[in-house]
Amino acid sequence: MESLEQIKDRAETAIPGAKIDIVPNPGPANQPSLLIDNEHAPAIAKFLRDDAALRLDFCSNVTGVDWLDRVAKKTVKVKKVVDGEEKEVNQTTEEKIPGYLEAVYHLYSITHKHGAVIIRMRTEDRAAGARLPSLTPIWRSAEFQEREIYDLYGIRFDGHPDLRRILMWDEFEDHPMRKDYVQPDDFEWEPTPHDDVLARAKQHYTPRPELDGAEKITAGSGDTLKR
Amino acid sequence: MSATVETLEAIERPPVTMGSRLEGELLEVSMGPQHPSTHGVFRMNVALEGEIVRKLKPVFGYLHRNHEKIGENTSYLGSMPYTDRLDYFCSMTNNWAYALSVEKLAGIEVPERAQYLRIILAELTRLQNHASLLGFLLNDMGAWGTPLMYAFREREKILDLFESLSGSRMMCDYMRFGGCRVDADDAWLARARQIVDRFPKFLDEFEELILGNEIVIGRTQNVGKLSADLAISAGITGPMLRACGVNYDVRKVDGYGFYPRFKFRIPLGEHGDTYDRLMMRALEMRESVEILKQALAQIQPGPIVNPKVKIRAFRPPVGEAYGRIEAPKGELGFYLISDGGPNPYRYRVRPPSFINLTVLEDLCLGHTVADVMVILGSVDIVMGEVDR
Amino acid sequence: MIGTGILKGMAVTARNFVGSYFDEERLITVQYPEERNPLPENYRNFPFLLYDGDDPHAGLRCVACKICEKECPPQCIYIVKSDDKKPDYMGKPQFYPKVFDIDISVCMSCQICVEVCPFEAIKMDKDFELSKRERFNHLLQRKEELSKPNEYYHSICPTEAADVDAKLAAAAEAAAKKKAAAAPAPATPPAPSGSSSASASS
Ligand code: SF4
Ligand code: SF4
Repeated sequence: MESLEQIKDRAETAIPGAKIDIVPNPGPANQPSLLIDNEHAPAIAKFLRDDAALRLDFCSNVTGVDWLDRVAKKTVKVKKVVDGEEKEVNQTTEEKIPGYLEAVYHLYSITHKHGAVIIRMRTEDRAAGARLPSLTPIWRSAEFQEREIYDLYGIRFDGHPDLRRILMWDEFEDHPMRKDYVQPDDFEWEPTPHDDVLARAKQHYTPRPELDGAEKITAGSGDTLKR
Repeated sequence: MSATVETLEAIERPPVTMGSRLEGELLEVSMGPQHPSTHGVFRMNVALEGEIVRKLKPVFGYLHRNHEKIGENTSYLGSMPYTDRLDYFCSMTNNWAYALSVEKLAGIEVPERAQYLRIILAELTRLQNHASLLGFLLNDMGAWGTPLMYAFREREKILDLFESLSGSRMMCDYMRFGGCRVDADDAWLARARQIVDRFPKFLDEFEELILGNEIVIGRTQNVGKLSADLAISAGITGPMLRACGVNYDVRKVDGYGFYPRFKFRIPLGEHGDTYDRLMMRALEMRESVEILKQALAQIQPGPIVNPKVKIRAFRPPVGEAYGRIEAPKGELGFYLISDGGPNPYRYRVRPPSFINLTVLEDLCLGHTVADVMVILGSVDIVMGEVDR
Repeated sequence: MIGTGILKGMAVTARNFVGSYFDEERLITVQYPEERNPLPENYRNFPFLLYDGDDPHAGLRCVACKICEKECPPQCIYIVKSDDKKPDYMGKPQFYPKVFDIDISVCMSCQICVEVCPFEAIKMDKDFELSKRERFNHLLQRKEELSKPNEYYHSICPTEAADVDAKLAAAAEAAAKKKAAAAPAPATPPAPSGSSSASASS
């Protein structure tokens, strides 16, 4: 299979205006990916699927990733005038990388039996701008998986035929796979005595009223029932 | 019950309007989530015209426990027992897929004996999964109990093997990064050989029981046809894809583990209908038996775990990895992103049976309600994996 | 001819039916609880704590290092360290758990606590008949219920227990030698065995 650079060059010439970046992967797995721009994503995806040499016809895995706001620290030497003298001073600049959501697609070719080519798309931000073009028209296998991303991460896929929640119920608000998701505190009472879950659950539920004496049946009284 | 004279008359001579009132209208029926043949808590909203399915929307999430979030909040090792609970029929292959991805992520080598053990256990898993699938499928078709019990009898022997090796029948939690947890002794291998040698006998019998059966043929042939193009585009994997005649098996394509060392064939279907999907399982079991025979003959003593891998405080380097294997139900993948910490930053499961359901509607349109159950059965789903 | 497939299938059923009276291979049902299949040695259920000797307090091997509590994936172990020390099985003063609870309604029998424990103090039990009258407190096993003698361990996992005993004896001997070599120096408490990876091998 071609290298990612070749794929990038060919795709960029085939689709005027398309912009593709290669995202390196420092780990031992060495699975770098292509970051494609949202505007031309469907065209690039179509190219990847239909190009005779690539034929990435099988979209195996589609998933979302949540990247929170990050601060990247950079230290640069700058010239500064200190006490009328020019000096080189280390200056640490903090670059704020605003958070974004990412959709990652793992593509394989069943025709040529090669892969994986990984493509990813990034949203502008994590709130209103969390929109991406849907690739379901290109690969049907993205249908449920994009719905799942929408459900769990809250990326809206434009052009998806049936974008609804899939795993959570329809009335559910928020997106549980986001890193800043706050768990609800209405867990069922569990006996784990040391858990802060228990403390929160107790706070959440006011003590239940005694109903017909049912509440009086507690741990100890079970043994007295012995016949 | 007090039946008046009028109602009795009404039963005897139903008003003519009753038949025509629903004509042309669709009747919406919710099948599941507690339908006995939905293999768990799975629901389908079906729009029926008479008995014919005109629309079908699967509804998921009744068993959703956000496995991926749990994985992101647990250490790498701690997720291993949770993977057992994905597809609880095939915990060994789930373990393997996860171990494989982590090994890719951290660049870990696996010793030879561990690779052999993994293949043996994965193929045994395939045997028991396919055997019980055939049993369940017949159950859905109305062959109540009997074939299922025969399948379970064989499955039981394999589960006993799992139990005596890993300590648990279904929640094996057997594999570790860079190897396996417990070594198999010679007695275990001998027992496995014995069970594998006897397995074809069961297959012969089972095939005699079902595959020539006219009712099975009538219920499955030309039911739920899937075209190869749609199957590829919809990401269908596993026996369901190969039933459409597409030659794609991750064991051959990726050659993970030691699969390239073994001689085995990939059964391919032709029509992509339910009967082919059923046959695919039967044929794959025969190939698995071949692999098992070779693996059990070739396995050599040796270490079973890479000594460099620490059990505690395991931190893979920064990076990401996608590892996939051919699980009995299709391509099972794990996508992991490490930020260098003890927990994965992103932990994603590619569940084969969830994605195989993408085409459920296409398969069922135009068939009767009774066929929906058979088609769903032939997809081979386990809700633990579908809903995660 | 239509119907032959069905007849063949019926022949198979008949063979199985008759066979279920005579054939060992087809005769697999066990009349639980009167009859029981033997449990394999590796069978695991829920963890228990090991103690040496007769006194569950004095002989308790656990030193309340809390490693298992940290590593347990569903967080079902709860340990409170003691304020004072007691001599452990090697004679060194060590902490012991004042509270050691395992919530077996949460525990998923994954054996990770056993694998990570550096002191061979926690092992997997085989008792599976655990039905309790109450869902909450009765399924929370306290230290007293969890502590079981080494003989019990020998009775459920003979090979593994013998391995563990040999390993501990070797470690104790090595420690004694070290102590003898550096006699005046205060004994630093070395772990009986640094690697925990071998704990599950049998
Ligand atoms: S790891 Fe072992 S010694 Fe440490 S607290 Fe747990 S049981 Fe006790
Ligand atoms: S067996 Fe697993 S779940 Fe149970 S206490 Fe040990 S570590 Fe926790």
